[in-house]
Amino acid sequence: MTMKATITGVGMSQIGRRTERPAMAHLVEAAKRALECAGLTKDDIDGIATYPGKADNSPGMSPLGTGEVRNALGLKTRWHSAVPDGPSQMGPIMVAAMAVATGQARHVLCFRALTESSSQTKVQRASIPGSGKARIGGWLSNLVPANAMSASNWAGWMATRYFHEFGMTREHLGMVATGERAFAQKNPMAVMQSPLTMDDYLAARMISSPLCLFDCDVPIDGACVVIVSAADAAKDCAREPLIIEAMGAALGSQETWDQRTDLTTMGAHDACADMWQRTDMKPDDVDVLALYDGFSIFVPYWLEAFGFCGHGEAKDFIAEGNIGPGGRFPVNTGGGQLSGGRLHGFGLLHEACIQLWGDGDGRQIANAKTAVCGMGGGFIAGSMLLRRD
Amino acid sequence: MRPLPELTAENTAFWTGGADGKLMIAFCKDCATAIHPPQLVCPKCWSETIESKAVAGTGTVYSYTVNHQPWAPDMTVPFALAVVDVDGAPGVRITAEVVTPDPETVTIGQRMRVAFLNVDDVWLPQWEPVI
Repeated sequence: MTMKATITGVGMSQIGRRTERPAMAHLVEAAKRALECAGLTKDDIDGIATYPGKADNSPGMSPLGTGEVRNALGLKTRWHSAVPDGPSQMGPIMVAAMAVATGQARHVLCFRALTESSSQTKVQRASIPGSGKARIGGWLSNLVPANAMSASNWAGWMATRYFHEFGMTREHLGMVATGERAFAQKNPMAVMQSPLTMDDYLAARMISSPLCLFDCDVPIDGACVVIVSAADAAKDCAREPLIIEAMGAALGSQETWDQRTDLTTMGAHDACADMWQRTDMKPDDVDVLALYDGFSIFVPYWLEAFGFCGHGEAKDFIAEGNIGPGGRFPVNTGGGQLSGGRLHGFGLLHEACIQLWGDGDGRQIANAKTAVCGMGGGFIAGSMLLRRD
Repeated sequence: MRPLPELTAENTAFWTGGADGKLMIAFCKDCATAIHPPQLVCPKCWSETIESKAVAGTGTVYSYTVNHQPWAPDMTVPFALAVVDVDGAPGVRITAEVVTPDPETVTIGQRMRVAFLNVDDVWLPQWEPVI
């Protein structure tokens, strides 16, 4: 039951730290690369979608909405949408898939732009919601006033519980971090290129226990564009279209970081279970894994959510060498967000597409035909299965 | 300074109960479901007859983290944040700072008692280890 939606092009700007480049400059660079990748021109683009839309809830979080980008690029569209409340940062890509599948558009430019690195100062840290505000509402009002300001705190208590129940240790998360760094060293686009050893990892300063500095992804400036095309329109593109085989967005618990009955699972488990219902393919068919790693602990959660191993088994799965370079189920082959920079899932999907097109150079996974992508952590989750014929 | 919660019809009882030393939890009067974060409707039966009631103010640590990073200029670190299963309110957890000289001693299963930090018109719950 394949969807009639494909990915035909991806592009990324030169990701950097404190680039001081305007967000739009990053966006234009990414958009040009994506169009070139797809073999399309700007006049072919008739849809645009983003996550979350222009937002100033934390510094540099989302400087561009669809409006700014439509105006700057001179786009005439038949579909536009920003998705702040959807199933993770993947929301706009899912919405675009539905837009092309229902004939609302033929080629949708999906983007994510961040300037978190340039925007942060000593008093305004990236990814601290409500920073500088007197009052805070919504789900954050039960976290931020309690001094649980950072997602590293929320992921930290998930990790503490997971460690407690299943005997995971910091070394297991260290294998995630060092494995992704090893991939990053083969990816010239990744921001973190220096070697990272287990000793380096274990010696790093604690951020929010049990998560240390290297368990946290890197705030960056950059933009990423993914072109979602209708299956019939994709035939004209430069590359073999990547078929969106299935997507998952189910969520069975509240939108909070602490009330889910079993915090050794997360929204990803609901989304992935739902995704697999929509396809005959199985985890064993997958060649490349793009798993949200805003914090390293999310990687074992996503591994279990997608069913690559059972609940509580991720530590052994990781220790057996499955996810790093040379492993059977390589995770975040471009370095992930831990070493490639926080593009909020778009960078991970970008890398999965590069692998499926065989453009991974020194880090290419041989004959990669199928990929999963999971975005989000905690209650935020969206999953996707991609394949080429 | 840490941002304070916006006080709403849903949550005012929770954020101000500390003025009387009480941990106020929303319950459905019709089906007795404990509701947190508080709502004006019962998520289980959609009853709109919601009542905030004081619970004992004790609970058990489900998980925790020790924060070492100063996220705001005036934040003193380290401190522990505990996610606590609240006695007398099945399914409800309250996440709050732990008041302790040694945050590294917090453990899963530890018993806690609520205390309140008053800032402006808000009484923020905090957890104190039960000795």
